[in-house]
Amino acid sequence: MPTTTAHDVPRSAPAPAAAARPRRFRRNPSTLAFWLFTGPFLLGLLVFVYVPIGWSLWLSFFEARFTVTPDTFVGFDNYRQMLENGDFTGSLLTFTVFAALIVPLTWALSLALALLVNRLRLLRAFLRSVFFLPTACSYVAASLIWKMSIFSGVRFGLMNTVLGWFGIENTAWLADPDPPWYWLVIVTARLWLQAGFYMILFLAALQNIPPELYEAAAIDGAGPGWQSFRHITLPQLRATSTAVILLLLVAAYQAFDEFFNLLSKTTWGRPPLVELYYTALGQEQDYGAGSAGAVILTLLICGVTLLQGRFMGFGRGEDAG
Amino acid sequence: MTAATKDRGARAAARDGRRRAGRGGVLGSAGLFAATGVAALLFLVPFYLLVRNALSTDAQITGENWEFFPTRLQWGNIGELFDDPTVPFARSLWNSAVVGVLHTVGTLLVCSLAGYGLARIPYRHADKIFYAVLVTLMVPAAVTFVPSFVLVSSLGWVDSLRGLIIPGLFSGFTCFLFRQYFLGFPKELEEAARMDGLGHWGAYWRIVVPNSLNFFAAIATITFISGWNAFLWPLVIGQDPDAWTVQVALSSYMTNQTVNFHLIFMATAISILPLVFVFLFLQRWLVQGIAQTGIKG
Repeated sequence: MPTTTAHDVPRSAPAPAAAARPRRFRRNPSTLAFWLFTGPFLLGLLVFVYVPIGWSLWLSFFEARFTVTPDTFVGFDNYRQMLENGDFTGSLLTFTVFAALIVPLTWALSLALALLVNRLRLLRAFLRSVFFLPTACSYVAASLIWKMSIFSGVRFGLMNTVLGWFGIENTAWLADPDPPWYWLVIVTARLWLQAGFYMILFLAALQNIPPELYEAAAIDGAGPGWQSFRHITLPQLRATSTAVILLLLVAAYQAFDEFFNLLSKTTWGRPPLVELYYTALGQEQDYGAGSAGAVILTLLICGVTLLQGRFMGFGRGEDAG
Repeated sequence: MTAATKDRGARAAARDGRRRAGRGGVLGSAGLFAATGVAALLFLVPFYLLVRNALSTDAQITGENWEFFPTRLQWGNIGELFDDPTVPFARSLWNSAVVGVLHTVGTLLVCSLAGYGLARIPYRHADKIFYAVLVTLMVPAAVTFVPSFVLVSSLGWVDSLRGLIIPGLFSGFTCFLFRQYFLGFPKELEEAARMDGLGHWGAYWRIVVPNSLNFFAAIATITFISGWNAFLWPLVIGQDPDAWTVQVALSSYMTNQTVNFHLIFMATAISILPLVFVFLFLQRWLVQGIAQTGIKG
């Protein structure tokens, strides 16, 4: 299932409303046409989105180990169990650390790449493609390259080889949580995978900045380097920056693939979804607690989405208002 | 920055706000180019390692000294990979191809129809229904994998292509994107079609879709990439190795007892290949799709 998130970069012109038509269409054959077009999707949405969510809510109030049709009602016990479970709350801490690292780093790197590529005249399309190419890789493939080659803990790993040229001993990048080198591995992998993607968003935004602004600033005495970046580029990119940061935050919240693959068999560095996976689908198959965890995570992510809505005006205009 | 260069730069900026690069002098321009070049090389390192290891022997990969590139390329690794019985790699590639194509075709079909209906066909409750779709955007699919698994396992769809494909088809977000797109589709074209006696259905297939192929291609490219690269859902559903997608197969390599580096990297390289093709030949739509959606998946 694609881990599609519900986020929308700011688009320039909201399309006009078409929904508000008078009631005279009630007995119109267009009602039939409406259901013909939307019926299959709505049915699927009901069965594969609404039913699982409802079922999960129900399960979260039951003792449901190894079964999805339980009959022991336990009230909020599953919720209490999850919130008192150090592994689950620890996973929220792991997410916080991860987000604190990956969000600003990706923001800065993708913006820097966009600024560099935007200024190039030579090889511009080629270099843009180079930075963008990792977007085509899966998190699993990147994890494999990172774990088996770049940050392999053995002597022939690339990092250990390079450090070896300077006489530095081998480092166990992933197998030892102290010092927590695994963050370097996790963060660089995701940085490589997603920076090019956000670079594209920034490039599009950079090209929308009217050149007159720079001309006006130059007349006012602003230099072309840091000053015009600070006073024109950055403010003009505010909408895109906000969108990018929130997209990054929600993506980090849903991180699973690279943690699962890079840190399999370890007990450290488990973000929420990995923890949930082991709770519900691991040895215990505790669907009740797993569902309660999913509800808690959903509520948290809804909070972030609503926050995003406030920042980006998702609720404004005709879409949701 | 000295006052002189600042002055000159300011005049240059006034002349051409967009192409300010290089006006700071040859040195600045070269520095810029060098910085970009270094960054690009770093971005290419993982690809270098992938190709190098895929075409080496294990002895070369694990050798005492770093071998920059194998002098004799081991194309035989491909055959060895497909003959390896421990991981059903060929089967997983096939599964991924089927899932990728059907996931893309199905999502586009179902979501575009719904998006058109919501955008263009007048119905009393259309806005209420649209809100019911919007609400699902608040709950990302990744968080609902536990309840989805509960449902799919009750249907007996674990370890099946049905279970891999069907639950992912009903993307509220893709439906939303199509609705927004169709709202902006020129009404005159449809009205002309209606004059010619076509109903909604006929107008949709004869007029609307043929005039929207760019948008369909952009969404299709993004949907295919996210389908091919998806990991969590295939991992949950594919309990039996015969139902693994290529991502799950790769993941299993990382936890296997025996490690054959050359095979693992050849498998990874092959798994990336289809997307490199998509990337090279459909980049235009990919970029357009990203600009339109702001997501990859």
